[in-house]
Amino acid sequence: MGTRSRPLSPHLQVYRFEWTMLLSITHRITGVGLAVGSILLVWWLIALAIGPGYFAMAQGMLSSWVGRLLLLGWTWAMFYHLCNGIRHLCWDAGWGLEIGTARNSGLAVVAGSILLTLIFWGAIYMLRGA
Amino acid sequence: MSLRSPLARARGLGAAHNGTHHWWIQRLTSIALLPLLLWFAISFASLAAADHATASAWLRGPINAILMLALIAALFQHMQLGLQVVIEDYVHGHALKFVALIAVKYGTALLAIAAVFAVLKVAFG
Ligand code: HEM
Repeated sequence: MGTRSRPLSPHLQVYRFEWTMLLSITHRITGVGLAVGSILLVWWLIALAIGPGYFAMAQGMLSSWVGRLLLLGWTWAMFYHLCNGIRHLCWDAGWGLEIGTARNSGLAVVAGSILLTLIFWGAIYMLRGA
Repeated sequence: MSLRSPLARARGLGAAHNGTHHWWIQRLTSIALLPLLLWFAISFASLAAADHATASAWLRGPINAILMLALIAALFQHMQLGLQVVIEDYVHGHALKFVALIAVKYGTALLAIAAVFAVLKVAFG
């Protein structure tokens, strides 16, 4: 089992810290968070399939303040991962890889994800009034 | 001068014998998820206070049911590939990694099947 002690990729310790690294790990964290959240989506669909009583209970839980807080977190994670995902796809196309551009697009992703989350929830509260 | 045989280079499958397939499907599903997720988020928000009749009428609409199935297909494929990479990066014990990778494969497959079943039950019920 000598292989266990070999250095493993990704070896982060050899890099000088850059704040854009935080954006990168946040893409991963939001990806895993969204994966956990997908269980909620499946549960909601199953609740709908089970029937009126169970579905009403599920809707009630989702609109409680705990439910809303979870959904708010999930909304932001979705917008962050989605915006940064576009950033990834641009890189794959060879676009925006210069250091300055990558920093600016990173800032745009952070600002965009927060703005989209606010607009999304603002629209819900404005249209529904609750 | 390369140590790889000409045949290996022509096949372009690399050490995992899988080539760019994982990477490509991850991109393909992420592009599909862009519009599908936005559509679902807006639909889900508009159903926030909906009762069972309203929500199931929504899912019975053929376009909604089809988009929902498309979302499920793209989402769980993307999620499975993504979680696989995270496990490959952080879980290093041979046995544990093996178990974790299988758990992710089966877990995401089961979630997807359960979701599809629920959608079809509502759509055809
Ligand atoms: C609920 C939906 C989603 C879930 C559960 C999810 C989950 C994940 C996970 C777990 C990863 C692996 C992270 C890593 O390796 O660091 C990942 C990677 C990725 N996701 Fe998503 N994702 C979702 C939606 C999206 C969307 C809408 C896009 C749109 C562009 C996207 C684009 C990407 C890309 C490009 C990668 C690869 C990043 C890389 O190569 O490091 N994802 N996703």
